[in-house]
Amino acid sequence: MSEPADLVVVGAGPAGAAAAVTALAGGLRVALVDSGTAVGGQYWRHPPEHARAAIPTEDLHHGLREYRALCAALEEGRAAGRLDLRTAHHVWSAVREDGGFAVHAVDRREAPRETAVVLRAPGLLVATGAHDRQLPFPGWDLPGVLTVGGLQALLKGGGVAAGSRVALGGTGPFLLPVAAGLAARGVEVVAVCEAADPRAWLRHPGALLRNPGKWAEGAGYAAALVRHRVRVRPRTAIVAAEGDDRVTSVRIASLAPDGSPRPGTERRVEVDAVGVGWGFAPQLDLFLPLGCELADSADGNAVVAVDAGQRTTVPGLYAAGEACGVGGAALAAAEGRLAGESVLADSGAAPAPGRRRTARTARTAAVRAAVDRQRAFARAMGLAHPIPPAWSSWLTDDTVVCRCEEVTAGAVRAACADGGAHDHRQVKQLTRAGMGWCQGRMCGPAVHCLVARERAYVPAERLVATPVTLGALADLDEQPPEPADHSEDRQ
Amino acid sequence: MNEITVDGEPLPFVEGQTVAAALVAAGRVAWRTTRTGRRPRGVFCGIGVCFDCLVTIDGVGGQRACLVPSRPGATVTTATTVTTGEGGDE
Repeated sequence: MSEPADLVVVGAGPAGAAAAVTALAGGLRVALVDSGTAVGGQYWRHPPEHARAAIPTEDLHHGLREYRALCAALEEGRAAGRLDLRTAHHVWSAVREDGGFAVHAVDRREAPRETAVVLRAPGLLVATGAHDRQLPFPGWDLPGVLTVGGLQALLKGGGVAAGSRVALGGTGPFLLPVAAGLAARGVEVVAVCEAADPRAWLRHPGALLRNPGKWAEGAGYAAALVRHRVRVRPRTAIVAAEGDDRVTSVRIASLAPDGSPRPGTERRVEVDAVGVGWGFAPQLDLFLPLGCELADSADGNAVVAVDAGQRTTVPGLYAAGEACGVGGAALAAAEGRLAGESVLADSGAAPAPGRRRTARTARTAAVRAAVDRQRAFARAMGLAHPIPPAWSSWLTDDTVVCRCEEVTAGAVRAACADGGAHDHRQVKQLTRAGMGWCQGRMCGPAVHCLVARERAYVPAERLVATPVTLGALADLDEQPPEPADHSEDRQ
Repeated sequence: MNEITVDGEPLPFVEGQTVAAALVAAGRVAWRTTRTGRRPRGVFCGIGVCFDCLVTIDGVGGQRACLVPSRPGATVTTATTVTTGEGGDE
């Protein structure tokens, strides 16, 4: 692509890819940036294109028809010279500049070598998704304990199962596809501990009735788990992981309605790997420094506030997917389409040849209805799979809460009791929890829950969203302002 | 057979696997020691968020093994301790 883009899209998961395809279909020039080596995000994570024969993962995916359609449309855009697709580019900052945006990234296609890249456009759409939300428990820092998303990423991206006897725990529908995927690869899934009570869903009949597709998906996983003889145990949790240099067993307990372990129900199960996840934490790094307004969501996270067309409160900045509220891939893709339509409407782009304006309006209305319907489902999901109020009762004083700085639950509690800390930022100042390599991405939600559970979790503002070398920053000044295409920015 | 070198030992990988995937496929779940508690760590989040899986690749420190694709001949050093700061810079 030789001319500057009309729109930069950060994130090529379901939301970002759908948004880019919509904007391309409307005639815009788009730069689509993603840190992964292939389009698809976490949901449609794939090995790189050239390696797919060696690492077959098709059977682990859902909705591949839509994925392929999006990839084909992106390829068409690239062939037409209107899409600048930047995989393996890590965005570390997005700033407002001259009425538009400058997106700073490092090109890591030749990692560990990295080259600074700046992409500029009048419009910016951020669809950076989410990562697993974690609640610490004794032993969660032992090797072999992974996030459920981590188990899934190794499986979908590399064809690797991280263990042969695995226990999964936490809450939310995401435990099911991960269990099914592991079982399909011959892993013995010895326990799926779902903390929630499935009856909680019955409090939201409307959301269920309006989303029959979600039932079908759930029933599909249930059938796969029955086939592999995997049992989901509701109202249970993994309350400890044990082992010396790596995990060798977990302790599982039945939970009282408040989430505290029922005395006398604990039992030990031998495992060689564990996957844990308590819903998701939206990735808001690029939004916060831009000054977007936030909103509360039903699952305890603060999310980016958007209008009915996915516009944030910052003019020219759009958001789609989990950053606007965790709701799964179908909702994310629908929000991406809606955001793309808004970009087209706001940029005054004429409908593409053969498409009438009334058709665009009708299409937008249909996508908006789909978004509303699925948001109702997402809200029900957030309420049905909460963080158990008494989860912290399974923490011992020496349980590590901040993995990077090795700050214990005892230290965090002392910071609250003796230090008077009222939020995760004050805890960080007093204890260093959240000050290490991951900058609080792992422990932030948990520290927040220990200190200020009644409020939605707002992550700390990070001016640099991903580590970048000083060398790459130094290059920045010498670079031409707009690298024209892939072959030239590698000089 | 594709191979990377990990602490001087050859490690096979399937084209398309990250350094972390190759290590896990070989049965390794830990390859680093924490600074304070000297505790073993390996891959945790698997998607570049937690920084537990840091290694040095071709002399450049602070690399997330879960993000960097294995390339034939790449030299990976697992550190007993990863210090803060970017290892690749002066």
